[in-house]
Amino acid sequence: MSQYMLLVYEEEVGPAEQAEREKVTPALLELHASLREAGLLVGVQRLRSTESATSVREREGQTEITDGPFAVTKEVLAGYYVLECADLDEALKQAARLPMAPWATIEVRPIMPADEWLDTARRAGVDLSDEDVRNLA
Amino acid sequence: MSGAEAADPVAAAIARAFRDERAIVLATLIRQAGDFQLAEDAVQDAFEAAVTVWRRDGVPANPGAWITTAARRRAIDRLRRDRSVADRAGRLAELKRLDAQEEPSMDDESAIVDDRLRLIFTCCHPALELPARVALTLRALGGLTTGEIARAFLVAEPTMGKRIVRAKRKIADANIPYRVPADEELPDRLRGVLRVVYLIFNEGYAAAEGDRLVRGELCDEAIRLAELLCLLMPDDAEVWGLSALMLLHDARRAARVDASGRYVALDAQDRALWDHGRIREGLRRLERAVRLRRPGEYQLQAAITALQIQAPNEESTDWAQIAELYGALGALNPSPVVELNRAVAVGLASGAAAGLELLEPLLADQALERYQPLHAAHAELLSRAGDAEAAGRAYRRAIALTANAVEREELERRLSALR
Repeated sequence: MSQYMLLVYEEEVGPAEQAEREKVTPALLELHASLREAGLLVGVQRLRSTESATSVREREGQTEITDGPFAVTKEVLAGYYVLECADLDEALKQAARLPMAPWATIEVRPIMPADEWLDTARRAGVDLSDEDVRNLA
Repeated sequence: MSGAEAADPVAAAIARAFRDERAIVLATLIRQAGDFQLAEDAVQDAFEAAVTVWRRDGVPANPGAWITTAARRRAIDRLRRDRSVADRAGRLAELKRLDAQEEPSMDDESAIVDDRLRLIFTCCHPALELPARVALTLRALGGLTTGEIARAFLVAEPTMGKRIVRAKRKIADANIPYRVPADEELPDRLRGVLRVVYLIFNEGYAAAEGDRLVRGELCDEAIRLAELLCLLMPDDAEVWGLSALMLLHDARRAARVDASGRYVALDAQDRALWDHGRIREGLRRLERAVRLRRPGEYQLQAAITALQIQAPNEESTDWAQIAELYGALGALNPSPVVELNRAVAVGLASGAAAGLELLEPLLADQALERYQPLHAAHAELLSRAGDAEAAGRAYRRAIALTANAVEREELERRLSALR
């Protein structure tokens, strides 16, 4: 089993078109119920519009705060799912089932398991205690 | 190679084992070890060890079994060191269990067949970029080295190496499954596999660019891959269709280019140079495909090619039948290229005027304005219809659009032959 994050990218549209999109909600509820029932759904969240986004970075000791998302693009991150799937084929199949797939782009990203994260850090020479391991992920 | 083989039987035995056994051993070991890269490294190690051991102790009675055992032991060593492989303990236990079996534990025949099929579907997975699918398929199932693949595709070897490594890493990280797709996905995925195989073939068959020897090898690899698919999926008509199509094209490889490297049109080819054994095999495979009664684009293309090469010359070719086949192909897979070919066939079957009529919508299509073959075909049909002036204009248009010297020469010859 592997975990995958499904990132839902879509174009932000005007109120009329958005209202049209909201009509998939019943289909969405049904899908979430079936994903939950199949034991695939780890988490799902919808994000507010990029108008409310703030980007933060530390450069030369200074914290820079910028109004807006990381990159200004036509399609923006609108929400995400975390699914537990047997393999990539299963994750791709679930991505295609999302009712927003007809207008959105779903990016499927494998999630690095915590023990692999740990291994990667240790191989890089980081000394980690058992306590740290619990805190990592 | 045969001279060298006689001189060095050990090298010959290794070359033979590489050609005949490598894909089988690799495919099985990938499943058992659960890691593409690790399995490939282990198989590579085994062949390197064979060079030393076979020279010292002689060639083993069953080279395939020797390579299998050696590769498995190398995989066990590598798994002990490599902690990044998923389910490492389980994989190790399974490999050690297989290693402890007394029989030279070759899996039974059907398991081997399944493993190669799994490997093909993994290499051609749509989550990999197309050039990577092509390279990975050639690397894993064909016996080509990264350097040979790079030369065939005219890219630098490190670039090709990176492409292959990246693809293998994605297979591991994204957990791309190692299996034949489920029934509902199978038709789509198989079409993707056939596309990769045909792309390999066309890369070898098209343009005179690049190393011609390596390009011939690409055609051979594609034909071998299709043969393997025929063996593994004998109930799929398109698999036989693609195999037939490539054999029928490849049979004419030697006649397609003259001594000075110039392209020779079908009608002008020296038929004595055709490989008639390959043509017979292609026709046999096409028949086998047609008997399955599930038409598809490769079968239709193979049928068109068969009609063209079975006729002794252009005049006696059954153009009406060819036009009909192009019609069926266009219905299945609409494209201006198919429509253009249909118009030409109709022009030859029922007179230039009928062909010109079919060209009208294509000539009106803005997107095809700079499509050279359209103007060349237009010129040809106009010339046959007796309109030398309009034909001249169309030839000049086609000549202006061609970047290929051989093509330009041929078009200019036809232009000056107008009267």
